[in-house]
Amino acid sequence: MMNLSRSVALISLFLLPLLSFSFSVDNPTDRRVLVLLDDLSLKSSHSIFFSTLRSRGFDLDFKSADDSKLALQRYGQYLYDGLIIFAPSTERFGGSLDSKSIADFVDSGRDLILSADTSASDLIRGIALECGVDFDEDSSAMVIDHSSFSVSDVDGDHTLIAADDLVKSDVILGKSKIEAPVLFRGVAHSLNPTNNLVLKVLSASPSAYSAKPSSKLSSPPQLTGSAISLVSVMQARNNARVVISGSLQLFSDRLFRSGVQKAGSPNKYEKSGNEQFVTELGKWVFHERGHLKAGSLVHHRVGETDEPAIYRIKDDLEFSVEILEWSGKSWEPYVADDVQVQFYMMSPYVLKTLSTDKKGMFHTSFKVPDVYGVFQFKVEYEKLGYTTLSLSKQIPVRPYRHNEYERFIPTAYPYYGACFTTMAGFFVFSFVYLYHK
Amino acid sequence: MATLESPPLGTPSAMRSAFGTVLSALILLLIGVLAFSIRLFSVIKYESVIHEFDPYFNYRVTQFLSKNGIYEFWNWFDDRTWYPLGRVIGGTVYPGLTLTAGTIWWALNAINIPLSVETVCVFTAPVFSAFASWATYLLTKEVKGSGAGLAAAALLAMVPSYISRSVAGSYDNEAVAIFALIFTFYLYIKTLNTGSLFYATLNAIAYFYMVCSWGGYTFIINLIPMHVLLCIVTGRYSPRLYIAYAPLVVLGTLLAALVPVVGFNAVLTSEHFASFLVFIIIHVVALVYYIKGILSPKMFKVAVTLVVSIGLVVCLIVVAVLVALVASSPTGGWSGRSLSLLDPTYASKYIPIIASVSEHQPPTWPSYFMDINVLAFLVPAGIIACFSPLSDASSFVVLYIVMSVYFSGVMVRLMLVLAPAACIMSGIALSQAFDVFTASIKYQLGRSANSKDDAEDNTSTNNAPKDDSSSGKTDKGEEVAKERPSKKGKKKEREPADKPSVKSKILKKRALVLPLEASIVALLLLIMLGAFYVIHCVWAAAEAYSAPSIVLTSQSRDGLHVFDDFRESYAWLSHNTDVDDKVASWWDYGYQTTAMANRTVIVDNNTWNNTHIATVGTAMSSPEKAAWEIFNSLDVKYVLVVFGGLIGYPSDDINKFLWMVRIGGGVFPHIKEADYLRDGNYRIDSEATPTMLNCLMYKLSYYRFVETDGKGYDRVRRTEIGKKNFKLTHFEEVFTSHHWMVRIYKLKPQKNRIRGRAKKLKLKTSSGLDSKPAKKNPWI
Repeated sequence: MMNLSRSVALISLFLLPLLSFSFSVDNPTDRRVLVLLDDLSLKSSHSIFFSTLRSRGFDLDFKSADDSKLALQRYGQYLYDGLIIFAPSTERFGGSLDSKSIADFVDSGRDLILSADTSASDLIRGIALECGVDFDEDSSAMVIDHSSFSVSDVDGDHTLIAADDLVKSDVILGKSKIEAPVLFRGVAHSLNPTNNLVLKVLSASPSAYSAKPSSKLSSPPQLTGSAISLVSVMQARNNARVVISGSLQLFSDRLFRSGVQKAGSPNKYEKSGNEQFVTELGKWVFHERGHLKAGSLVHHRVGETDEPAIYRIKDDLEFSVEILEWSGKSWEPYVADDVQVQFYMMSPYVLKTLSTDKKGMFHTSFKVPDVYGVFQFKVEYEKLGYTTLSLSKQIPVRPYRHNEYERFIPTAYPYYGACFTTMAGFFVFSFVYLYHK
Repeated sequence: MATLESPPLGTPSAMRSAFGTVLSALILLLIGVLAFSIRLFSVIKYESVIHEFDPYFNYRVTQFLSKNGIYEFWNWFDDRTWYPLGRVIGGTVYPGLTLTAGTIWWALNAINIPLSVETVCVFTAPVFSAFASWATYLLTKEVKGSGAGLAAAALLAMVPSYISRSVAGSYDNEAVAIFALIFTFYLYIKTLNTGSLFYATLNAIAYFYMVCSWGGYTFIINLIPMHVLLCIVTGRYSPRLYIAYAPLVVLGTLLAALVPVVGFNAVLTSEHFASFLVFIIIHVVALVYYIKGILSPKMFKVAVTLVVSIGLVVCLIVVAVLVALVASSPTGGWSGRSLSLLDPTYASKYIPIIASVSEHQPPTWPSYFMDINVLAFLVPAGIIACFSPLSDASSFVVLYIVMSVYFSGVMVRLMLVLAPAACIMSGIALSQAFDVFTASIKYQLGRSANSKDDAEDNTSTNNAPKDDSSSGKTDKGEEVAKERPSKKGKKKEREPADKPSVKSKILKKRALVLPLEASIVALLLLIMLGAFYVIHCVWAAAEAYSAPSIVLTSQSRDGLHVFDDFRESYAWLSHNTDVDDKVASWWDYGYQTTAMANRTVIVDNNTWNNTHIATVGTAMSSPEKAAWEIFNSLDVKYVLVVFGGLIGYPSDDINKFLWMVRIGGGVFPHIKEADYLRDGNYRIDSEATPTMLNCLMYKLSYYRFVETDGKGYDRVRRTEIGKKNFKLTHFEEVFTSHHWMVRIYKLKPQKNRIRGRAKKLKLKTSSGLDSKPAKKNPWI
């Protein structure tokens, strides 16, 4: 079964070279993921995470990060659709892999899970930086929180954090709420607030800061409070998705299984929120959720069915677009009441919210404005967690033809009358003048 | 016309008249051939191709017309230019030229002569310059007789100023408009001389054709009223004047309003007000003459007092209304181009887009010599000749030359309007001079031979063997000219209507008799002058004005170099880019890009939307990132710049750049001209300002330029460039033509990811480094 589906994937890879997106339309759950580990024992210490991936149909290929045969692509074709890097200490990858080729991998629309940890190498930091994530510059610093640490933290330096400040998005984290706090031990990172591609999924509490736990604090820490992000996601402009975590332990079996009680909180949970959090995030990052696709933009005059090559000003038109959402197994109609279409020429002249028939078709009708020019139908749909839809279609709008104006304007009848009576009067006058006497 | 008098057949004078008609027809035919063939140098030296910028637009429109018919053309909304605004071609173009060429093409095809549209377009201008010379003949003949007419036609056939706009391939409005202009003037003078309503109607139709063809029709609708006013003021009012003028205003204005591009402007803009004012005046004058005729002198005086007092009140009211109307519009109702005619400094002060066009600059003195050559010296003589005697017609041409000299002094482009006037004046001068000299010779010879009656036969036989063309023409001209005054005299009521015999003519001429030797020398000198003119014209046609400007050549030691970079790049665009891709360039290249590459452009030579052009100018003068944003907001995919630094092509974008800065700064004040100048000097070397060195135009022009010779020596600016090694972050070079004259860049897409703020990790590993985050740039 596995072999068959793999060969299907391979065939589809060869048959559809134009399909640069990793997200195969036909069989998106059957995907090959390369897992890079700096220590192969992680395979067993993080086995729950890997087995949930496998159970969802992913084909995991474990490689040591310094394997000299590492390659992401062969003959210009990518061998993998996803990449998990659990090798925080690796200074150099083996084979042809480096930070640039991983950036190219993401730019080709493929997905990445990257986990750093304390004393992460420059290589890992560099990859994160490419994705817009700045890890704390001090490589030995960790996130410390003296108020919302986990009570099970035995070391007493309050580095095992029970974080519960999750992003509020059903698309990224699934519909069922994550009740238990997520345990985290690792390095802090920050995001540029003007960068609209990255998003904090798990933020630290306001009392957290990033410092070296063993030494005394000599200067105020650079990263403090909720500016610290523990786990972030990035959705690139081509909809490639990246998860960056500051903690490798977050994914480990030990934290998956351990109970959690946040300091100062009476709630004690049998099981930490890690497993649910990581699983749901994994579904999102590998496009099992929140992936939209749109059919082409369809428009025509009211009462017609064919798309015209040009509109006239003040034409009435109907516009529709089909938007589908990937449910993990099949394409389902996307239902939302906030999809908008712009009729755009340098600025939107018409901005209408589309109504949906719950079967995936979004439609509206409007009157072309009284302005001619080259317009565009634009659907720009950017919703948290969903892939970005950016569709546009150019359509010129012409003014009236010479014979499309009103022939007689009622208000002008006095003038018509004046014209013709003058002519008649002149005729009579000429007649009288010429022939009278 | 020479046969109008139709003396009894068989007499020597009838024979001479018939011979003269045939000869002048033959000469006119030859003048037509000359006018056509002198304009073919561009085809012979280069190829049969459309020239320059505007002709490409006209060519494209003609193609559309021939393909889709006149109604589609009328309603054509062009979505491939002025993106995203588009342009309503049918309503913004003077359709005369395209309709003319389209009709010619259609007619030729209808009789199974399968010429391509391009061929028809290329040869429209030469054909119409032949027509223009014939129209000049007709006009001058009405003024001073067919001798002057033939001379003027011959001069016009090869006047360099007109050649510059009408060589084969120069498919521009002026090509047919000059013919229309002269022909309208001819019909006006014809009506004035005959008083025929038939010619007045024809005149209105010719005026309509002129309105269809060129915006310069306002020259007609102002010049003719001025002449009418002049006639009235100098007491030359006559019913003929009324018939020549009133129908023209009524019919002409109605017809002009039919042309979509003019429309209601024909009654709304100040350019046309003069004609309406004079229209009122001529009616008042006509009424006064009529009343004067029916009233006794005493009653008339009373009536005048009454009317003047009432009339003053009415006038004041009308003037007040007009002033209020005109003052309510910001420019006083005058369009920018017209204002710059009245106040030559207007454009350079307020409208950089008008001042930026080289043909809107005032001409230099050498350009007068270049464009009208010896005519400049003959014109004063022609003006004097027009005053002896001064008729309605000759006063018109005097007014014409005076006005056109003024206008040509304002705008070099209007030299074209001066050229026919100069030709007419010079034709008159030459003809009169030849008249005087040959008559003197004839008289002196006749006196020595003591046989006055044979004098005229001798002259014709004496002059016939001369095979110099100008002498041949004037020889003929002189014969016909001798009959003209008699004809004129009959028509003029003021002059005694006696039919002058040959004898009385000679008696009249005796006053102007010169010594034989002086006459012969002067005649030879005049012929030499004409010969120099011919040589100059042929040189100008062959060397100066025949270059199509899309193909350049240069002569060097190792032979002829051809620079065909423009067509190379336009072909690249049409083969390598998507049909709907938008190409941004300075507006000069807009027409060519749409016509030759068939790609959508942002701005073109039509320059109807200053803001849009200023946007492109601002983008060109902005740093890379800001420029990328501007271009991206306009959906631009490619940017085209013209660069002459490698081969020394001076009219490239760097030399036009200050105009982009000025036009851009006129709308977007953050672009300041001073930022691009070092101490008031425009320079691109290492002394240039940082703003200049970082602007998009500089970068796109000089990107990788240092790789050509290692130093980056610009052969136009004759200096080494200031910034040599730099990289482009938001643009990538996709095409550079063979001689680097055209460079095409593509806008890079937005980065897929946004990098973190840390600059370079390698530098940062030392923890002591101050990590003050640099200003975030999402495209780096």
